[in-house]
Amino acid sequence: MPTIELRNVSNFICRNISLKILNGELLVLLGPTGAGKTTLLNIISGLTPYEGSILLDGKPIDKRPISRRGIGYLFQDLALFPHLNVRSNIIYGLLIKKLGQDQIEDRLNEMCNLLNISHLMGRYSKDLSGGEKQRVALARAIAPSPRILMLDEPFNSLDVKTRKYLRIEFRNIIKKLGITTIFVTHDFKEAEEMGDRLAVIESGRLEQVATPQVIFFSPNGYKVADFLGAPNIFDCDNYEILDNGLVKASCEGLTITTVWDGEKINKIAISPDDIYVSGNEPPGPSINRFKGTIVEEISHNSVVNITIKTKSKEIFARIRKEDFISENLGAGSDVFFILPLRNLRGV
Amino acid sequence: MNKFNWLKPQWSILPVVVFFGVWEVVARFRIIPGHFFFPPFTTVVQEFYHLTANGVLVDNFFSSLIRVLIGFSTGSIAGIAMGTLMGYKENIDKTLHPIISLLYPIPALGWLPILMLWFGIGELLPIIIIFICSFFPVLYNTVTGIKTVDRNLIKVAKTLGASERNILTTIALPLALPNIFTGLRLEAGMAWRTIIAAEMVAIPTGIGALLMRAESLIRIDIVIVCLIVLAGMCLSFEQFFIYMEHRLTGKWR
Repeated sequence: MPTIELRNVSNFICRNISLKILNGELLVLLGPTGAGKTTLLNIISGLTPYEGSILLDGKPIDKRPISRRGIGYLFQDLALFPHLNVRSNIIYGLLIKKLGQDQIEDRLNEMCNLLNISHLMGRYSKDLSGGEKQRVALARAIAPSPRILMLDEPFNSLDVKTRKYLRIEFRNIIKKLGITTIFVTHDFKEAEEMGDRLAVIESGRLEQVATPQVIFFSPNGYKVADFLGAPNIFDCDNYEILDNGLVKASCEGLTITTVWDGEKINKIAISPDDIYVSGNEPPGPSINRFKGTIVEEISHNSVVNITIKTKSKEIFARIRKEDFISENLGAGSDVFFILPLRNLRGV
Repeated sequence: MNKFNWLKPQWSILPVVVFFGVWEVVARFRIIPGHFFFPPFTTVVQEFYHLTANGVLVDNFFSSLIRVLIGFSTGSIAGIAMGTLMGYKENIDKTLHPIISLLYPIPALGWLPILMLWFGIGELLPIIIIFICSFFPVLYNTVTGIKTVDRNLIKVAKTLGASERNILTTIALPLALPNIFTGLRLEAGMAWRTIIAAEMVAIPTGIGALLMRAESLIRIDIVIVCLIVLAGMCLSFEQFFIYMEHRLTGKWR
């Protein structure tokens, strides 16, 4: 599988993007809506004109037509051919390549087994569920053995449960095949689960390329931090390993319990959206439950951003406006806040 | 399963039976003024049989049918071919659109005087009229069909290695079929109406010509026979294209 390199690539949206995607790597292009993620995929595939240079295994492909770039592209709306059944959709690229009938059948069987879609062969896209459409679209994209696979927010239209299941399945398939892949999303959690590395793009500029952990704990600027929701980061200086797979860490005056992955705990982070805030003492065990005072409130349309001051640190949280009003909270209110175990990230 | 299901088709025939019954009674008992010009239904049926038996209706019918088939099929094929190019290639569309827009509003029969002078009164004249009648609407429907194909489907085909020709034949044209069939369905009936009108005005053979001769002899029964044949052919052609559309696109629409 090849390495792909972008050198100073620009067009009407993307600005001077240089990026190298390694052989077999799954790179996630992460950014808000309108950041230029899809445009960058279109540039790489040759669907949009651009300046600069794109290299595949060190050789420029700028003058190659789309059909000869060897790219498998899974569009946001999947774009299954409605007039062809599932079988014809999958073998479309193989027929174009003029493969022999035996080769086509072998590849089709391979795709069916890999994606578990044998039972769908005679159906048309109007008769498929959302998850089935995703599988068929992926099968069609990878059937001709593309050199690069590009997936443009493929799970957008799915419910949360199917989405989570499919991204694990898709990652496993892509890794099994070892295809160099670019996956586009605006969801950090999805990016974190899918990607070997993340490339954060904002207003057509590449802001940061690094592993998910590095991006979350060390965003290299305001734009990246803001996109990630400005997480609370706690520096931890001491920790005690518990016997149930957990670790109790001392972080800036707070004792935080989190899942232990066998590594040293240096920092713990949590997004403001994930913090539970209440004016009354919540029921249940007191793990990761702390007290503080609201020192600042900034109200938006449906949410309120609050700053909670503890003895040693200021915590940023974001809660629904209706909860904020119903609990009669405001600047000066004493509150309890919980850092849920499953939402904590340690490094 | 409803045990009265077998009765359902009969209900749709009932209004037709009532219509012909009322016609027969009104004409037979001379209920309306001007009954001389209103023959009973049974007289029309008798005349239909008589004209078929002596070959007059059959000869004229086949004259009209062959003209419609040649004019309509060549006009439609040309309309689909040019419409596909115009829908797919923007520069061709931009070049031809002004000329097409100028010619399209002219009714096919409007060309009759000039075509009579150019080609004379012969078999070519009605065929050209039907060609013009079919060409423009089918062309417009094809252009619309091709232009409304989801651009992402074309992009996907390109990334899968398809050439322009592949895309045109395997994606754009099949997906434009519903629009193309709408044009064919509407124009099939229109072709029959136009051929009858053309034959009435300028051609000495065909159902339209027979109709005009019958009118001059005040043979209203023959006029009605001709109109029934016209209605039957318009309906048959339309039903044929509805059937073909369903066969070709019914599975995926």
